[in-house]
Amino acid sequence: MTSHAVEGTHRPPRSVGDRVFPALVTAAGAVILVTLAGVALFLTYEGLPALTAKAADIPGADSFAAYVWPLLYGTLLASVLALLFAVPVSIGVALFISHFAPRRLASSLGYLVDLLAAVPSIIYGLWGIFFLAPRLVPLYDWLAGHLSWIPFFAGPASVTGRTILTAGFVLGVMVLPIMTSICREIFLQTPRLHEEAALALGATRWEMIRMTVFPYGRSGIVSGAMLALGRALGETIAVATILSVSNVVSLNLISSTNPGTIAANIALKFPEASGIEVNILIATGLVLFIVTFLVNFLARAIVGRRAEFSGAN
Amino acid sequence: MAKSIDVSDLDIYYGDFLAVEGVTIPIAARSVTAFIGPSGCGKSTFLRSLNRMHEVIPGARVEGKILIDGADLYDPDVDPVEVRRQIGMVFQRPNPFPTMSIAENVLAGMRLNSRKLKKTEASEIVESSLRRANLWNEVKDRLTKPGSSLSGGQQQRLCIARAIAVQPQVLLMDEPCSALDPISTTAIEDLIHELREDYTIVIVTHNMQQAARVSETTAFFNLAGVGRPGHLIEYGPTTKIFTTPENPATEAYISGRFG
Ligand SMILES: Nc1ncnc2c1ncn2[C@@H]1O[C@H](COP(=O)(O)OP(=O)(O)OP(=O)(O)O)[C@@H](O)[C@H]1O
Ligand SMILES: [Mg+2]
Repeated sequence: MTSHAVEGTHRPPRSVGDRVFPALVTAAGAVILVTLAGVALFLTYEGLPALTAKAADIPGADSFAAYVWPLLYGTLLASVLALLFAVPVSIGVALFISHFAPRRLASSLGYLVDLLAAVPSIIYGLWGIFFLAPRLVPLYDWLAGHLSWIPFFAGPASVTGRTILTAGFVLGVMVLPIMTSICREIFLQTPRLHEEAALALGATRWEMIRMTVFPYGRSGIVSGAMLALGRALGETIAVATILSVSNVVSLNLISSTNPGTIAANIALKFPEASGIEVNILIATGLVLFIVTFLVNFLARAIVGRRAEFSGAN
Repeated sequence: MAKSIDVSDLDIYYGDFLAVEGVTIPIAARSVTAFIGPSGCGKSTFLRSLNRMHEVIPGARVEGKILIDGADLYDPDVDPVEVRRQIGMVFQRPNPFPTMSIAENVLAGMRLNSRKLKKTEASEIVESSLRRANLWNEVKDRLTKPGSSLSGGQQQRLCIARAIAVQPQVLLMDEPCSALDPISTTAIEDLIHELREDYTIVIVTHNMQQAARVSETTAFFNLAGVGRPGHLIEYGPTTKIFTTPENPATEAYISGRFG
C-alpha cells in the first residue's frame, strides 16, 4: 500500500463524476432526513395542544388517550387482519410465479400483479362496499350462528357487511400486489447454485424451496410484509368508505359496531374540524407516525437477528 | 451397494444446441473413473446426465440410454428425486447452504431421507462425514456457525461431507479439488481411495496427476471446435491412457501439447 504513504501530501486526481456523484447522493439522503424531521416537528408542534386539552373540547371522550385508543386499536386490528390475508396468499402467488408457472404465464401474471398495485384505493373502497360487503353477509351470519363462542365471531352479525373484517380483507387485497412483487423478486434471486445443491441431494421441488428459497428470502419476506403493513396502517379512503364506525374497542370482527382507524378518522373529520379539534386530529396523526416507526424498527430487529445466516455473505 | 453404469450412444442437448454427442462408456461398480478433456467439451454436462441433474436446466434433454445396474435411468417410471438420493454429486463450485449451520449442512441430505434422527446419531454422522472430508479439525469448535463462514476450500470439503453423509451408491464429483490446497487435495484423494471400496466414483478433473493417482479408468473428451459437440475420444485403464493412448489427440492432450 505505497499509495497511502503519499496520500497526505499528494492527493490523486479524481474524475468529475467521482466528485459530483457523492455530493448528489449525500444531498438526496439529507433531503429525506430533513423532510422526515420537518414532518415530525410539525406533528409534534401542532399536536401538543391536544395532549393538554380540556375534557370538554375532546369529542366523545374525556382525554386524548381515551380518544385515540380505539382508533389506534382499530388501525392495528385492520392492518393485522390485512396481513393475515395477504402474507400467505402473496407468498403463494410469488412462489407460483417464480418457481412453478411456465415462463410465459409467469411473466404475464407478474405483469398483472404489478398492474393491480396501480389501482387507486378508492376503487378498492367502492369494490369493498358495493361488491364484497353484501356478499360476505351470509358468511358473517353463519359465523355468528356457529362459531359465536369464539370472541372474534361473537355477533350479532352486521346486516350490511361493513365490518372491520371486510375492511381488513379489502386492505389485504390492496397490499397483495406490492407484497407479491417483493416476494417474487426475492424468490427469483435465490442462487441457482444453492437450488441445485438441494436438488442434487434428492430434494423434491417443495423441499428445495423449503431448504433454499424460503431461508434465503426470509428477510425479504419480512421487509415486504412490513412495507405492506405500512401501507395498510396508513390507508385512508378505502377504510373510510367501507367501515361503519362507532369507536369501540372490541374483539368482535363481524358486528356493525367497529373501531375506526386513525387515517380514516382524520379524513372523515377534518373537513368540519376547527380550533382545538384540528390539533387533536394532528395529534392522532403523530401517534400513527410513531407506530409506523416502531413497526419498522421491529421489522429491522427481526431481520437483523439472524443476519449471519441470511446468505448475504 | 455400489452400482455400475452403462451409457450407450448418449446425446445431450441444451435446447437446440447439441453439447455432447454419441457417448458410449461402461463404468464399473466399485471403481474410480476420471473424465479429462479441455474446457467446454461437455464433461460437466455429461456428468449431470448421470443423475438427471441436467433436467433442472430449462431446455436441457438427452437422447440415448443409461443403465444403472441394468435399470433404465430415463424410464418414465423412474423418479429423478429418488435417483439423486442414490447418486450424489459434488459441484465444480462449492455450494453449502448459507442459511444452515455447518452441522446442518452435513445433515441436509439425511433430513430429506429420514425425518427422524436421534441427536447422538446425528452428531455421529456429522463427525464421521467431516472427518472423512478432512474438515473436522478445522470446524469442530464452530459446528453451529453458518456454512458460508468457511473459506472456499473448506466449503468444498463441507460439500463433500454433505454428499457422503447420505452414503450414496454412486458419487459424481465435478472438479472437487479445483479450489483446494495440496494438503486438502491429498485428503480428498485419500478419501476417494477409501470410498472406492464401497462406491462407484466418477470424477472430472483438469489435473492429470490427479487422474493418474486416483482413477482406474480414464475417459478423454474432446471437441472439434467452438460450437461443435463434445465427443468421448477414448477410454481405458488409466495406465494405458497415460502411457500408450490409441488416439493421437489423447496423447497430445496428456503430454500438454494442447488444451
Ligand atoms: N446451462 C447451459 N445452457 C446452455 N449451454 C450450456 C449450459 N451449460 C453448459 N453449456 C454448454 O455446453 C458445453 C459443455 O459445457 P460443460 O460445462 O459441460 O463443459 P466442461 O467440459 O465441464 O468445461 P469445464 O472444464 O470448463 O468445466 C459448452 O459449450 C457450454 O457452453
Ligand atoms: Mg465443468
